[in-house]
Amino acid sequence: MFSTLDFSVIPLALPAIFKGLAFSLELTLIAMIGGVILGTLLALARLSGGKWLGRAAKFYVDIMRSIPLLMMILWFFFLIPLLTGQPIGQEKSAIITFTLFQAAFYSEIMRAGIQSIPRGQVNAALAIGMTYWQSMGHVILPQAFRNMVPVLLTQTFVLFQDTSLVYAIGATDLLKAAENAGMLYGRTVEMYLFVSLIYFAICFALSMLVKYMNKRIAIIR
Amino acid sequence: MNYHWNWNVFFQTIPSGDETYLAWIIHGLGWTVSISLAAWVIALVLGSVMGTLRTVPNTGLRLIGHAWVEFFRNVPLLMQLFIWFFVVPEMLPRDWGMWVKQDMPAKEFITAFVALGLFTSARVAEQVRAGIQALPRGQRNAGLAIGFTQAQTYRYVILPMAFRIIIPPLTSEFMNAFKNSGVAYTVGVWELIFVSRQMVEETGGQVIESLIVPTVLYILCAYAANQLMAVIDRRAHVPGFIVAK
Amino acid sequence: MTKFHLLLASALLCSLGTAQAQVDGTLKKISDTKSITLGIRESSFPLSYLDANQKPIGYHIDVCMAIVEAVKTRLQNPKLEVKMQAVTSQNRIPLMVNGTIDLECGSTTNNLDRQKQVAFAPTTFVTNVRMAVKKASGITDLDHLGGKPVATTTGTTSVALMRANEKGKSIDFKEVYGKDHADSFLMLETDRAVAFVMDDNLLAGLIANSKSPSDYALVGAPLSIEPIAIMLRKDDPQFKGLVHATISDMAKTGALTKLYNKWFLAPIPPKGINLNFAMSDALKALMAKPNDNPAEMYNTKK
Repeated sequence: MFSTLDFSVIPLALPAIFKGLAFSLELTLIAMIGGVILGTLLALARLSGGKWLGRAAKFYVDIMRSIPLLMMILWFFFLIPLLTGQPIGQEKSAIITFTLFQAAFYSEIMRAGIQSIPRGQVNAALAIGMTYWQSMGHVILPQAFRNMVPVLLTQTFVLFQDTSLVYAIGATDLLKAAENAGMLYGRTVEMYLFVSLIYFAICFALSMLVKYMNKRIAIIR
Repeated sequence: MNYHWNWNVFFQTIPSGDETYLAWIIHGLGWTVSISLAAWVIALVLGSVMGTLRTVPNTGLRLIGHAWVEFFRNVPLLMQLFIWFFVVPEMLPRDWGMWVKQDMPAKEFITAFVALGLFTSARVAEQVRAGIQALPRGQRNAGLAIGFTQAQTYRYVILPMAFRIIIPPLTSEFMNAFKNSGVAYTVGVWELIFVSRQMVEETGGQVIESLIVPTVLYILCAYAANQLMAVIDRRAHVPGFIVAK
Repeated sequence: MTKFHLLLASALLCSLGTAQAQVDGTLKKISDTKSITLGIRESSFPLSYLDANQKPIGYHIDVCMAIVEAVKTRLQNPKLEVKMQAVTSQNRIPLMVNGTIDLECGSTTNNLDRQKQVAFAPTTFVTNVRMAVKKASGITDLDHLGGKPVATTTGTTSVALMRANEKGKSIDFKEVYGKDHADSFLMLETDRAVAFVMDDNLLAGLIANSKSPSDYALVGAPLSIEPIAIMLRKDDPQFKGLVHATISDMAKTGALTKLYNKWFLAPIPPKGINLNFAMSDALKALMAKPNDNPAEMYNTKK
């Protein structure tokens, strides 16, 4: 029956799909930047030696890593307004959820990155009179970050694929836009195949980028 | 909070049925665990094979491994499941297609765990490859030098070491298998997310109750997976062996 | 009905007063924030859905806009901002309860369970839960479905409804579930299911939009008759009074019938199809005597 596949509706649906894609990319970008910053802070908290600070950070990371993102998206969407009394749009809610959720994953990557820098470097920085935070900011983090760029990017394309889960709260991402169009025009299969291709193209490009960076960083080392 | 709490909802009988919502949840947990474990077996077997292929000297085999990984990890799981469920059966000869669509036992369950297994296999393959490549080159050379074939070198030297050092990242993937199993509801498997959604509907909107129990169960599943892998890690640990990153 | 008349009277009395300060509940919220948020559905054809430019349109959107006009008049504020928030069958009730949306203009069945958490406007549409089948299958009734796969959509009332029919008539279906109506319909289209049980207006829309509409038919006696209504917050007599007065008025003046004809009996976006979905007797009766009776009062015979 799929000899009757009809892709002629795709041009009609393109404006909606681009709008959805724009949101998926926006969500990915904001959650990546926010997640890396927050994740780095969490990683530093875990490595700082502060007992309670470290435990709190570990607890946060463990919980976030145990709950399916889909569940997390639903929780935040229902709970934030219930707790604050302030209604929140689905786009904002998705951005907050993704940032907080991804922070846990980025923090594990950053922690590994920081630990990959020889301990002697911290000592050297302290010896020349830097504070702990200065040594982190000027010596350790820039290197840790550079070493971890490929892994951070890999996590980011997992994040990009996961944006497809925001359909659960009615935010219109790439997948949701395609689904709506498929429903409107009665061409669900065609729309799915088309967006699969878009996802594949973007993720494949990203994975090639990761590969290229891995090679470059191998040279630096 | 302006919310109508009702924790007794779990002991209520579902509309026009004999079960309680609690029975639904237990049912759902059963499917979640089954899908995750079945998918994990597929992921581990295929992921190991494909990950290993990516490190062998033969270019053709390496390409197969590479294509496998790129294909299965660059499309969101949700779409892959859709394609397996709705598109692939249409490509089969008509009789086979009809069998898959109507008569195959537990068809939704099988489609779901196969799709999840293949998706996860690409990630496992990446970990296996990373583990093999993290081993000092000397190990392979030593294996070949004492007269092992390539296959024997992998079997007796490289893989036993590689698998031990990738247990921590595999733990994450194992936990991910549980967390990702939720997409199975999109093809109609009565797993935890399906139950949670249906409960919200049939109880007239008891959202928090319907979400919290599945969430806790997911956390428990992830914790169990984590602990299981930790036990394996302790048993399999190679004393004194730390891989340089 | 006396309670309702009281509400109506109090609403009218209030609207005669001049000061805005008298408003409370949702009206106060709208007045304070100078905005009203409508919950919309993205694919509840043709009650509430998105057109090609992702703009929400549909019969219930039009009805809600009439309510918005009434709110503007009531608050003497012609410049209210109207926000649209997409909702799903999963989150519409929590979002109403937590104040994210002020009116839900989708396709929500008014039933007693839901009335514990929210309130409803007078019924503006009545849907019959029926089944769509392929004409070639020769299926015309529920009795033909024994042992056969039947599709419905996750998280809808139809799931429980099928369970009830299975039990009541001792027919054994093999239920299959789509995550949304498009998937459920695809199950019918690809022969994963021989029938799709759902609200008839949605089925009519899916069939009209499908590749070959003439292959499908809506068959069988209704499994259930469900009043579909605009949803609002509970325990908010002032706002409810205004909404009820507005819709009752529209029903009596014929404005509602006109809107019905626009969406159900004429070509509609995006493809310009005409559903040709004549008004049911139940809805005709409601136009003459609007009420907000729950589904339970429509299906007493079972």
